[in-house]
Amino acid sequence: MIKLEKRPQPSKAWTYLTPLLAVALTMVVGGALFAGLGKDPVVAIKTIFWEPLFSEFAFYYRPQLLVKGAPLVLIAIGLSLGFRAGIWNIGAEGQYIMGAIIGAGVGLAFYPMEAFYIFPLMVIAGAFGGWIWAMIPAFLKVRFGTNEILVSLMLVYVAEQLLASASLGLLRNPDGHGFPGSRNLRDYASAHNGDLIANTGMHWGVVAALIAVIFAYVLLNRHMLGFHIRLTGEAPRAAKFAGVNPSRLILICLGASGALAGVAGLFEVSGPAGQVSIDFNVGYGFTAIIVAFLGRLHPVGILLAGALMALTYIGGEIAQSKLGLPAAAIQLFQGMLLFFLLTVDVLTNFRIRLAKREVA
Amino acid sequence: MTGTLLKLNGLTKAYPGVVANNNVSFEIGKGEVHALLGENGAGKSTLVKMIYGLVKPNSGSMVMNGEDYAPVKPSAARQAGVAMVFQHFSLFDALNVAENIALGMENPPKMRDLAARIKEVSETYGLPLDPFRTVGDLSAGERQRVEIIRCLLQDPKLLIMDEPTSVLTPQEVDILFETLRKLSAEGTAILYISHKLEEIRTLCDNATILRLGEVVGDCVPRETTARDMAEMMVGSKLHVPERTGGDIGPVLLELNDLSVASPAEFGTALKGISMEVRSGEILGIGGVAGNGQDELLGALSGELLTKAGTIVLEGDDVSQMGPVGRRKLGLLTAPEERLGHAAAPDMSLIENAVLTGSVREGLEKNGFLKWGKARNFAETIIEKFDVRTPGPGNAARSLSGGNLQKFVIGREVLQRPDVLVVNQPTWGVDAAAAADIRQSLLDLAAAGAAIICISQDLDELMEISDHFAALNEGRLSDIRPSKGLTVDEIGLMMGGAHGMEVAHV
Repeated sequence: MIKLEKRPQPSKAWTYLTPLLAVALTMVVGGALFAGLGKDPVVAIKTIFWEPLFSEFAFYYRPQLLVKGAPLVLIAIGLSLGFRAGIWNIGAEGQYIMGAIIGAGVGLAFYPMEAFYIFPLMVIAGAFGGWIWAMIPAFLKVRFGTNEILVSLMLVYVAEQLLASASLGLLRNPDGHGFPGSRNLRDYASAHNGDLIANTGMHWGVVAALIAVIFAYVLLNRHMLGFHIRLTGEAPRAAKFAGVNPSRLILICLGASGALAGVAGLFEVSGPAGQVSIDFNVGYGFTAIIVAFLGRLHPVGILLAGALMALTYIGGEIAQSKLGLPAAAIQLFQGMLLFFLLTVDVLTNFRIRLAKREVA
Repeated sequence: MTGTLLKLNGLTKAYPGVVANNNVSFEIGKGEVHALLGENGAGKSTLVKMIYGLVKPNSGSMVMNGEDYAPVKPSAARQAGVAMVFQHFSLFDALNVAENIALGMENPPKMRDLAARIKEVSETYGLPLDPFRTVGDLSAGERQRVEIIRCLLQDPKLLIMDEPTSVLTPQEVDILFETLRKLSAEGTAILYISHKLEEIRTLCDNATILRLGEVVGDCVPRETTARDMAEMMVGSKLHVPERTGGDIGPVLLELNDLSVASPAEFGTALKGISMEVRSGEILGIGGVAGNGQDELLGALSGELLTKAGTIVLEGDDVSQMGPVGRRKLGLLTAPEERLGHAAAPDMSLIENAVLTGSVREGLEKNGFLKWGKARNFAETIIEKFDVRTPGPGNAARSLSGGNLQKFVIGREVLQRPDVLVVNQPTWGVDAAAAADIRQSLLDLAAAGAAIICISQDLDELMEISDHFAALNEGRLSDIRPSKGLTVDEIGLMMGGAHGMEVAHV
C-alpha cells in the first residue's frame, strides 16, 4: 500500500527536482504517444528538444527561441505575481491583444512621421492597453466580489472580437487593397521593434523580459510589497493581520500582469508579427500560465521554463513539418508538461511511503 | 462498583518519527470515574482513539469484561458498549435535537419514539432537553447534552469524555458533574480526559498520568494536591509566575460603546463594549468560546474597523486605523489561531518575525526589507523566549504548538508595546511553557504596559489579572477586581448556566 505522508516543511530539493522530473515524464509519455501515432519516439523527442539548438539549421532556430520565449516570460512574470497572492488572472491573452491594438494604434496614428519618441510612446500605450483590460476584472472583484478567473477569461473573447474589428476596420491598411490587417510596422522605422543585433532575435521585448525577471526577483525577495504578495498567498488571514489591504493587492497584481501582457503584445505586433491582423494572437497568454507554474512562480524558474516552452514550440513545428506529427499532438505534449508538473508537485509537500498494512 | 471493566495491556502506537503511546497499561473498574491526565501531546487522544476503534495499536491488547477487545472501527466499539463525547461537537445547526441524534444511529427508530426516549433519558439523568429544538439555537452546554444523550441512548458501559468542560461555565460544569456521578453510581465507568486538575480532584476516583506517551504514575486525585499532579504531568518542578507589582498608571486604552458586526457568518457581534485599561494593569477577559473573543481581538488589532471614537489609544482615536498604524502607535496583538493567523505556516520564522515586527523593529527602509536585521530579531525572540527550533530559517509549521506560541507572544512582547492584547495565550501549550508566557506578560505589565488577556482558562486569568470581566454573547460584563472573586461570581459574569435547568437528581 502506498501512503502519502506530509513533510514537516516543504522539501527544498524536490522544489527544484520536480520540474526536471516533470520534463522527463513528459518525454516518456509523449514518446509513447508519438509511437502510438506510428513515429519513432526517439527521433520525435530528439527533433523537439535537440534540433532547434544543435542541428544544421540551428542558426535559424536559435533567434526564434528568443522571439518565442520573450513574450512567454514577460507575461508569465506578471501572472506569477498574482498567482503567488492567490489572484488568478487567466485572461493574459486578452490583455496581450489589447496591448497590441492600442500600442500599434498609437504608432499608426503618427504614420508616416518619423520621430524617436514614437516607439517609447507605443510601449507606454501597450502597457496601458493591457493594464486597462486587467483593471476590468480587478475593479469588478474589488467592488462587487466577482470571480476574476471568469471575468478575465471572458474578456479574452471580447478582446479577440475587438482585434477582428480593428484589423477589418479602424486599423486596416488604407493601401492594403482591402485585405484585412493593419499597415506592416516593419516598413515604418519609427515604430518597428527590430533586432537590436541583426539576426539574433534580440529585440526590445527580450530586453524587457530580462528586466522584468530581475525586477520581479528583487520585488519578491527584498521588497515589502513582494513579501505581502507571498504572505497573502500563503495565509490570507495572517496577511490581513499584518496589515495588507487585499483590495490594493488585487489592483496591483492584476494591473501589473495586465501591463506586462500588454507590452508583450506591443513588442510582438511591432516586431515579429509586424501588423495587427485577425489571427495575430497565438495563445502566448495561455501558454504563459504553464510557463509560470513550470517555473514554480519563481522569476529565474520562469526564465528557464520560458526557454523550455519556446523550445517545444519551435521543436514542435519542426516535428510537424519533418515528421508529419499533427499539431494537436504537439499541443497535447505541451499540456502534458503542466499536468505532470502538478502531479509530481505533491512530492514537495509529501513523501511517499510504502507502508505495510497496519496491524489490527 | 466491583470488578474490572477494561484492562489495557502494553498498548503501543507509533507514528513516523514519534511514539504516541509506549507500553500503556492501566485498568478501569466498573462504575469508576477514571481520569486520564497529561499535557498536550502526552498521548491522551491517541490512547482514547485506540479504545474507541479509530486507531489500531501497533502492539498490546485490551480486555473488556474478561474478553478480548480489539475494535476495528467505532461502530464495533459502540457495540461493545463504549461511547465517546468529543471535544468538538459534530452536530448540524439546522436540524433539531432528535434529527441530529437519529443521524448518528444505525437503525433509527420512528421520530416520535426517539423523541420520547430522548425525553426519558434526559430526565432520568438530569439533563433536560427538548428533542424538537433546533440545535443552532442551543448554547454550548446544551449542545454537549445532545452529545451526551446520544451516547446514553446506547446504554454504554464506558463513557469517554474528552475535555468536556472547556466550553462550559462553572455552573454548567456543576450540572455536568451531577450527571456523571449519577451515571457512575449506576455502574457506568467514565474515562475523563482533562488537564484541569481541580476538576479531576472533585470528580474522579483514580487518575492515570501520561507524559510523552508513557504512563508516569497514578494517584487518587482526592488525596493528591493539584501541584503534585501538575509536577507529575510536567516531570519537573513547576515554576509559578510571580508578579513584582508595578504601579497602576494612567489609562492607555479606552473602548467607548464599541459595537460591530462579526465578519464571520456564524460569528458573534460585539455589543456596546466599554472599558479602560491602565498602564501596569492586566485585564483578564473570560468567557465561553464563541462569545465574541475573536471579534474583540479583530477590533483591537485593526483587522475590523469600528465607528470613530470607539477605540482611543493614549488620546488618539484609532478606530478607523489599520493594523500597521496601530502597531506604530504601540497597540500590539496576538490572535488565538497561531497557524494561519498569527503566523504563516509555510514561511520561515524570519519572515514571520517581519509579519508584525517590520514597523517597530525597523525591518524595512523605503519598502525594502532588511533581512539581516529580521534574522537578528527572529534569533532574539528564539533566544529570549526559549523557542525550540533548529534555527530561524525553519518554517513556522515545523514548530510544536507551544514553541510557536512562545514565538508569537515573544514577537509582540519584545517590540515593547504600550498596550498588548492576547487571545488564548497559553492554549494548547504545555505547563512549563505556559508559565513562561504568563511570566512574560506579568513582566511586561510591571514595566508599564497595559495588557488585555482574553482567555477561556479561568485559572490563568485569576493567576495573572488585576481586573476581570467576561464576554457573554458579545457583551462585556462589569469589570471587577480579580482579587476575591469567587467561582460562583465568575460563573454568573460568564452568563451563569445560560438558562439551562439545573439537574433534578
